[in-house]
Amino acid sequence: MVDTMFEMPLDPAGVPRGRAMIERAEWAARAFATYDAATVQRIVDATAQAGAARSKEFAEWAVRETGYGVAEHKLLKNLACSTGIAAKYRASDYIDVVIDSSDKMVEVPRPAGVVLALTPSTNPVATVMFKIMLALLTRNAIVISPHPYAKAVCAEAARTMAAAAVAAGAPDGCIQVVEEPSIPLINALMTDPRTDVILATGGTPMVRAAYRSGNPAIGVGPGNVPVLVDATADLNATAQRIVESKSFDNSILCTNESVLIVEESAAAALLNAMTRAGAHLLSDDERDRVRDLVFPEGHFDPKWVGKDATAIAAAANVRVNARTKILVAPFDLVVPEEPLAHEKLCPVLGLVRVPNVSRGIDAAQAVLRITGQGHSAAIHSSNPQTIMAFSAAVRVLRVSVNVGNSLGASGIETNLAPTMTIGTGFLGRSSVGENLEPKHLINWTRIAYNTDALVPMADFAGLTPWHTPTAAVPAYPRASNDLTAAPLVPSTVAMSNDAPDELRDEIRRLIIEELNAIVRG
Amino acid sequence: MSDATALDYGFFSFASKDEVLEKSKEYWNPGKTSFWSESGIPLVIDRREEYFIYDVSGKRLIDAHLNGGTYNLGHRNREMVQAITVAMQHFDMGNHHFPSLARTALAESLIASAPKNLTKVIYGSGGGEAIDIAIKTARHATQKRKILSIIKAYHGHTGLAVGTGDDRFSKLFLSDNEEDFPHVPFNDLEAMEEVLKGRDIAAVIMETIPATYGFPLPNPGYLEAVKQLCEKYDALYIADEVQTGLMRTGELWGITKHGIEPDILVTGKGISGGMYPIAAVLVSERCAGWLTEDGFGHISTFGGAELGCIAALKALEICNRPETRSMVHYISDFIGRGLREIQATYPDWFIGIRQNGVVMGLEFADPQGAKFVMKRLYENGVWAIFSTLDPRVLQYKPGILVKPELAEELLDRTEVGIAKARADVMSERKFR
Ligand SMILES: Cc1ncc(COP(=O)(O)O)c(C=O)c1O
Repeated sequence: MVDTMFEMPLDPAGVPRGRAMIERAEWAARAFATYDAATVQRIVDATAQAGAARSKEFAEWAVRETGYGVAEHKLLKNLACSTGIAAKYRASDYIDVVIDSSDKMVEVPRPAGVVLALTPSTNPVATVMFKIMLALLTRNAIVISPHPYAKAVCAEAARTMAAAAVAAGAPDGCIQVVEEPSIPLINALMTDPRTDVILATGGTPMVRAAYRSGNPAIGVGPGNVPVLVDATADLNATAQRIVESKSFDNSILCTNESVLIVEESAAAALLNAMTRAGAHLLSDDERDRVRDLVFPEGHFDPKWVGKDATAIAAAANVRVNARTKILVAPFDLVVPEEPLAHEKLCPVLGLVRVPNVSRGIDAAQAVLRITGQGHSAAIHSSNPQTIMAFSAAVRVLRVSVNVGNSLGASGIETNLAPTMTIGTGFLGRSSVGENLEPKHLINWTRIAYNTDALVPMADFAGLTPWHTPTAAVPAYPRASNDLTAAPLVPSTVAMSNDAPDELRDEIRRLIIEELNAIVRG
Repeated sequence: MSDATALDYGFFSFASKDEVLEKSKEYWNPGKTSFWSESGIPLVIDRREEYFIYDVSGKRLIDAHLNGGTYNLGHRNREMVQAITVAMQHFDMGNHHFPSLARTALAESLIASAPKNLTKVIYGSGGGEAIDIAIKTARHATQKRKILSIIKAYHGHTGLAVGTGDDRFSKLFLSDNEEDFPHVPFNDLEAMEEVLKGRDIAAVIMETIPATYGFPLPNPGYLEAVKQLCEKYDALYIADEVQTGLMRTGELWGITKHGIEPDILVTGKGISGGMYPIAAVLVSERCAGWLTEDGFGHISTFGGAELGCIAALKALEICNRPETRSMVHYISDFIGRGLREIQATYPDWFIGIRQNGVVMGLEFADPQGAKFVMKRLYENGVWAIFSTLDPRVLQYKPGILVKPELAEELLDRTEVGIAKARADVMSERKFR
């Protein structure tokens, strides 16, 4: 019977190729899921090193391509997210089976399969590296769709790491990157039934779309970080930390401090110390000019994302010292109509003075009513009661204490899991409340025995379902009567989509010469 | 569904499958129609999608025949359908006399995809016509008449192509002509050199792996040596890549795995995307002379129809993607391993696997073995065909975009079909 005809909608450009990537990833994921721990460790190390080796170049490239941030800080993040992640999880095991004789259970880790990673423009390369490392540690295949503003550097970073992974024995296609991201393409990838989990780091609309896709998703909400400083804090150290953190990569991390809430009795000393550390405290006039500049019509202007404090000051006609790292903008009341109480991905820090800690906690809650629930908050204090009261009241899932929040909440300067993706949990409409880490990309199959003591549990010691690949995966398709022959056409030829034309021609020429030599004997 | 409208397709209708089969015998081809009914393959294809074909009864089959690679990309591949649908808003078959947009674009793409020595493209409407063009081209270029092929070669049934093949098909039409179309055994270099020595051979035509003969694999070095003999005795080398092209061996053109630059390369079947007939001949500069001398030398109204060119451009693009190449390697690795496991279970029956990429021939220990397997596979939901010229061997040709789960299912079904066919043959032998 002829079906209703002519109903097929046309696929937007790029979508078929994207689907092909997911299909290839599906094959790669199957192969990868049987790898043993030692091989995976080798792949993880080689890939991390390849990423780290070009970290500086990628940091500079990212700043150039996006116009955001500070190259030397990006370098730090890139290293943290490549070799840093490899080192951090060296002792963790996401591969070997776990035998629990007392509970009569054996647990077998099961990778998610195909991970679709959406990465932001703000931490472009670091997030790409981070997600690649998590995928490799857990034997998942990953398809990366970078933010369009950072697509070139992200694609190059992903390709570099993919080549290193495959050279170290990873299955072909386990790391892929979309070169020309677009909304229709991202939608197609997110809703593809073969996508096993989406890791969505980026703006709220994209994260919500990931959750609507029908596929399992780990998406995170936005931040808007309140930082409370009470009179018991070490004010000099606190000032230093806040200025460093707020100026780190020009506030591009979603963990950067948004509103500083200071107990009145400590305000003068703290602000003096902050000024010495590179903050410029804006006068009311200056504050109004900065507010109008950064929040024209009351809405944040993304053109100021990750820009230098001095550039913002200059544009707002505020004279500042050339070494100024952040601008501090005082205001009285944390309410939605106050633009400065909203998230600011630039080195402008709101400042609110409060008479006591209790009002400070209220103000912090008010900041989070605007946005940022489930994300993070910071406190500088030596009073455990204050820290406890603050942490229990403020609706976030991590509170960094006596540390800058940019690197504190992201686990680089605390013992939280180091991450580029902050789970905002139920409070922040997310499925994960922790910092994203490798364990979030696996499930476990549990082999469970009868609890009846009369039913014995077998001895599983030394058994492993995994193996060590002995050659390239997949094997090159040689003729079955000539299995030992070297492939005459190395993969570089047909993979030539990736190589520039001249290079491709050159490779082709060399190969043909070689072949002719062989044929002629 | 009432019987009266059981097979109503709008354009035409039949009361039942039986009526189709009766009328098929009456008006179309009684021999073929009866052959399949008697072989236990009562198939009349209805729906088709991805790598599935459905009998009008609703029975689903995984297509592991693909009409020799025609459905390399699956049936009604979504991208193919879209490309042709869009193209039809602007193009038709075009005018074969004039320079054309689509023909030029495809020719450029084909040349970019092929060994460097190939420089021009001539179009046909099907593989046979393209082979005829290749033969005519070789004759013109060398000013010699004879075309050497292997015994049990298959290059199609058109006027010249049929001469290169088995005499079953040429004698029927009084077209056998051993004088102009000598044959030598496959994998026999001495026999080939004997014939070439006369220096009166225009071209040797070779399937890179002879399909209809059951995919016997060229011995290592055989094709390379044939090419050398061609050079030595001034014969051209025509590579018939109709079944081995388009990524089926894991490279776009199977012949490049041998490092051979053929003088002429023929593609057909899969280049159509399974949607719009087209075939093409790629020739070297030396062979391209007649295109200048008399550009009207070969005329074909449908050859290189512009809609077909657009289909071919899309098919070529899909085949050439790095993702596709990677998948073919996974598929051939996975299915190859699965088949070897099945073989280990039935070593007395399933005696050989001939494989290069997803081009596969499965050998069974009975002169008609593959016919038994074909029938049992059909019952178990797989369509794969025996080799006409060596019925011990089943042609087993999975697609290049098969997904992991379908590959698993295909192997499951294949194992059962092979086991059942083995039991059939064993019990038949008892009664012999
Ligand atoms: C290797 C080979 N060459 C040529 C042909 C002829 O193609 P067509 O049937 O399109 O004329 C075939 C068809 O089966 C073939 O398998």
